[in-house]
Amino acid sequence: MRKLPPNIPRPTTTAKGLTGTQAFHDSAWKHVRGQARYIDDLPEPAELLHAAVGQSTHAHARITAMDLSEVWAYPGVVSVMTVEDVPGHTDIGPVFPGDPVLAGDVVEHVGQPLFAVAATSHRAARQAARLAKVSYEPLPAALTAEAALDQQLFVRPSHTQLRGDPDKALAEAPNRLQAQMHVGGQEHFYLEGQACLVEPTEDAGVFVHTSSQHPSEVQKLVAEVLDLPIHEVQVEVRRMGGGFGGKETQAAPLACISALLARRTGRPVKYRMARYDDMVQTGKRHDFFNTYDIGFDNEGVLRGADIMVAGRCGFSPDLSDAIVDRAMFHSDNAYSLGQARVVGHRCKTHTVSNTAFRGFGGPQGMMIIERAMDDIARHLGMDPLDVRKRNLYGPGRDVTHYGQIVEQHVLPDLIDTLEASSDYRQRRTEISRFNKENSILKRGLALTPVKFGISFTAKHLNQAGALVHVYTDGSIHLNHGGTEMGQGLYIKVAQVVAAAFQVDLDRVKVSATRTDKVPNTSPTAASSGTDLNGMAALDACEKIKQRLVEFAAETYGVSADSVRFENNQVNVGEQQFGWAEFVQQAYMARVSLSSNGFYSTPKIHYDRETGQGRPFLYYANGAACAEVVVDTLTGEYKTMRVDILHDVGQSLNPAVDIGQIEGGFVQGMGWLTTEELVYSDEGRLLSNGPATYKIPAVSDAPPDFRVALLPHSPNREATVFRSKAVGEPPLMLGMAVWSALRDAVSSVSDYRYSPPLDTPATPERVLQAVTATERWVAAQGEPSCKNA
Amino acid sequence: MIRFYLNGQLQKLNQVDPNLSILDWLRTRKRLTGTKEGCASGDCGACTVVIGSPDPEQSGQLRYDSVNSCIALVGSLHGKHLVTVDALTQEPAHPVQKEMVECHGAQCGFCTPGIIMSLFALHTESAANGSVPDDDALLEALSGNLCRCTGYRPIIEAGRRACVQTWEPGTGSAVLSRSSALSGPDGAAPNNPAPGLSGIAWLQNPEMIADLLSVQNTAGELTDDHGYRYDAPATLDALRGLCRQFPKARLIAGGTDLSLEITQQLKDLDHLIGLSGIKELQEIHEDEDGIYLGAGVTYRAMFHKLEERWPHFGPMLERLGSRQIRNRGTVGGNIGNASPIGDMPPALIALGAELDLDSVDGTRRLRLEDFFHGYKQTDLQPHEFIRGTWIPNPAPDEKLFIYKVSKRIDDDISAVLGAFWLKRDGDTIKDCRLAFGGMAATPKRASGAEAALRGQPWNADTVAAAIAALELEFEPMTDVRGSAAYRLQVAGNLLRRAFLESTQDTTTTNQPLMVTDYA
Repeated sequence: MRKLPPNIPRPTTTAKGLTGTQAFHDSAWKHVRGQARYIDDLPEPAELLHAAVGQSTHAHARITAMDLSEVWAYPGVVSVMTVEDVPGHTDIGPVFPGDPVLAGDVVEHVGQPLFAVAATSHRAARQAARLAKVSYEPLPAALTAEAALDQQLFVRPSHTQLRGDPDKALAEAPNRLQAQMHVGGQEHFYLEGQACLVEPTEDAGVFVHTSSQHPSEVQKLVAEVLDLPIHEVQVEVRRMGGGFGGKETQAAPLACISALLARRTGRPVKYRMARYDDMVQTGKRHDFFNTYDIGFDNEGVLRGADIMVAGRCGFSPDLSDAIVDRAMFHSDNAYSLGQARVVGHRCKTHTVSNTAFRGFGGPQGMMIIERAMDDIARHLGMDPLDVRKRNLYGPGRDVTHYGQIVEQHVLPDLIDTLEASSDYRQRRTEISRFNKENSILKRGLALTPVKFGISFTAKHLNQAGALVHVYTDGSIHLNHGGTEMGQGLYIKVAQVVAAAFQVDLDRVKVSATRTDKVPNTSPTAASSGTDLNGMAALDACEKIKQRLVEFAAETYGVSADSVRFENNQVNVGEQQFGWAEFVQQAYMARVSLSSNGFYSTPKIHYDRETGQGRPFLYYANGAACAEVVVDTLTGEYKTMRVDILHDVGQSLNPAVDIGQIEGGFVQGMGWLTTEELVYSDEGRLLSNGPATYKIPAVSDAPPDFRVALLPHSPNREATVFRSKAVGEPPLMLGMAVWSALRDAVSSVSDYRYSPPLDTPATPERVLQAVTATERWVAAQGEPSCKNA
Repeated sequence: MIRFYLNGQLQKLNQVDPNLSILDWLRTRKRLTGTKEGCASGDCGACTVVIGSPDPEQSGQLRYDSVNSCIALVGSLHGKHLVTVDALTQEPAHPVQKEMVECHGAQCGFCTPGIIMSLFALHTESAANGSVPDDDALLEALSGNLCRCTGYRPIIEAGRRACVQTWEPGTGSAVLSRSSALSGPDGAAPNNPAPGLSGIAWLQNPEMIADLLSVQNTAGELTDDHGYRYDAPATLDALRGLCRQFPKARLIAGGTDLSLEITQQLKDLDHLIGLSGIKELQEIHEDEDGIYLGAGVTYRAMFHKLEERWPHFGPMLERLGSRQIRNRGTVGGNIGNASPIGDMPPALIALGAELDLDSVDGTRRLRLEDFFHGYKQTDLQPHEFIRGTWIPNPAPDEKLFIYKVSKRIDDDISAVLGAFWLKRDGDTIKDCRLAFGGMAATPKRASGAEAALRGQPWNADTVAAAIAALELEFEPMTDVRGSAAYRLQVAGNLLRRAFLESTQDTTTTNQPLMVTDYA
């Protein structure tokens, strides 16, 4: 028998780093030293080749000829392949077919991969890929959601949710408004571009290092294109340099192409997208065209609503069915719509296939009802916050348009608290005075809530697995199906495991996510990473603990309930053992110290036939109050102060949660303000790099930024330690900035006119809103509040 | 051969592709992967490194500046000290690293090494000055570092905390995370600082500085198997000769724009002449009439000189590019690049600046506005180079207004830039020059609007007439930065703003007029 490791007893102290503490990110020290490895940092295997693809220059066309001879001839090129060379499946659509790994006869967006090159350097592969001579026969292209609606071009059937008789409610309502708006898309701009490294294995399979939120899907698709059983493909994800949904389905094409090139050449292949290629070739947040028709009483309370949301899906379904569903589920945001109809369309356009992005359609759906809240307020001459408060779900008005009952009413109190802590009313008065006294700069204020449903709406994805080993020195190895993209999932689940055994966090090591450790996993998405994987890890821990308890009870003749795990010890009746000491005893007694764990979310269901059900286990909530200042000469603006109160239930790691809230807010603010995706009339993306696509920079962060977690708010549902998901909901707090911009512009009309303001609200669109407001005022025959 | 130091260790390069960026050299030749590529266009800052150069203001010391290594070419390292995050692995950690951990300033971690290096540069600079940077300085230092995860608040907090601490590095060996040993591709020794020296002593190692000073007086050159060349002359005369001998060679100063041809368009440039080693080009001369900026003067170096003469340069230069760009970009490069939106040319045209073009045949001077012929077309002849630009000093009756409008406030290219020089006699406009960027194929004067102003009283009616003239004389384009209609409306409104700002000087109701003023 091998010798057991020396058992160095630790002093009996309360275990450190358990749930609820502000443990540092598990890679924090490696991050700051440049020692955290991303795909492109891995040591390069011998004979490595680099991949690149040739891209379509047309939005919709038939390929009549493709001459690759110059590509082949370029120095350093080792192999070139087209779809003809794919041994297995050629369609890598994640849910529905429609995504060719390389184009066939027809291309359906600018940037679509036509062929793949493997060369001895990254630069040579990219240079060679530009040398193909391709002839096209152009076909008619639909480029916008509205064009697709006109032509009834859809990637999936439309869907309706109906509650009550909205037509009657609208007809009978004392007030009625109609409006439409465009909600822009968003580039993920993860700082680490898409990347993977594929190495051939001895059995014709491959080992894939990928920067993906969905290793199991990468594994399945790689197996399919290679025509192999899934067990011949291993996928590992150590970390991503940001994901935000952009690496849920969009990482798989790189892995498939690399695997195909590796098969063809017998050599390892790395495929790292340059930023330009990444922005042109990979999907983004869907832009939407939305309309509302609302009826409301004289207090501003909705009686009925007829809402349409139409997402621009691009050329293939990808995840768009679920994304437009989520836009529909969230077109009420936090408000009871009354009698309501919500229709969602999945528009097919000849643009890149849009995909998951933090919020997954929810934010785009919410925008239409937030616009409505402001419009009601201007119509009735009320403060928008009062309209929002009156329309919140609450006891007696708690059924959504899809039939789910809102059970935990967090928002009414949360908003009252934020209204007070942000001095909303006093600042409203001050701002109105400022706006009367100043002709050029106008300030705006808004307080908007978020209610976001937690669970995958595709029911089968609501499952997770974990694997926990306890070693004989008391150290613990943790693996689960969730991936780390910076959100702090690894450290939070490690804290759950430390808490389960009541040992110091540094006993727990999280290893890279691997398909051969935990199989058949769901993507790390839908804010569900901690909810699902935390519970699966906890299940594994409980199984091991159960065995340890049985062993202790049997060995020391005590009852099971007198065995307790606390303070880095195992207490067995009156006896106390150090954690490692007790683990060694169990090992010697041949007790299994390893277990898998599994979790599936209870209670959820949704019937697509009726459009009714309970798609979400619970809702996450928050609210933000934003103040902006707008220049009415140029439309430029600045966000001056932001107050946020957010509900994460019982926080597993307050520092990580606050990081998600702050980062989500700024990302949401960027989506609604400066991040503009601009396409040419031919469907070519013009904002194709950070020089032209402007995510928030350091000075865009609000100079006064106050973020707090809602205290004493455990989840009513039995989630992991009563925490709530936090990944996506804070993004939608950014809506407060958009609403505040409208508020500032509306001041030009003394708050009587509700200017249209499509998003992103770039300075140009804000100036258009100012001009529209001035025209409205002029049409009233009155002097404007802006007398420049 | 070029000669420089990497993290305290001497490097000599000879056979290297001159198109190689510092980033690619680090990552692919040295396998030092701490420095990341986020965009390869100088816009995200993930690749930020720090480069030490002999400081003319502090003899015997190196001044350390943050630089985007993705668009800085290896040839530009001749005579410099390159410092990368890979050097910062000792215990105790540098304060910026410690505080970034403790403030939870890294989430995905990919932008983090770049942020560490920008903060390291700020910390080093303020330690050298004995000052503590305020929030404005902190934001400026980070203006070229994009983070997509944190929303920046914890990074700003980490910077605030770190900059009041001193760096007292240990003498211990580097802390290597087990999964990330720092060795070269051939098992070479890790690129750690020179043994026995640490911290400031290591950054200001006298032997290294002496060597760099001597290297600076020698020409450098790189060649590779393709016959591509990079020449780094050390004197003006040498430059004149090279320009005569190789009229097709491309001149590269900061390279913040030219490098994009290499990294974005994937061109291989066969001959580059680097200008950053020529001291004469970096000189600033001042007399009672004006100021002369050598073509190689960086935005960073000219900032205070211009701002103290014409205060409106301050806010504009703060928004021109990022800190990393301002550390590299030069006035000569900005002019020579002849972008229709370059922010300096409209301002300089409004001031009546003049340009010196130099060659073996001598120097010729012309008005800057005459230099631009068309989109990216200039008066520069094949064997010439830009020597410098002369800018007149303000007279008491003259005022310059510069307004930059862009989608994002920091580090964004202008949709419109308006620069207005007004010479007033009481309430009358005696003379004026109005110049715009982003409104035509070149930076361009608005002669019609000028005519509407000259000799007229400076009042709202005159401004309205000038705006009407503007709308007749410009036909701006619609592009990713703004529509033609927006550009026209804004151009007029900027003139209106200049009027409001100038008349406010004499009234008591000083309303804030720009969001950047309001805080």
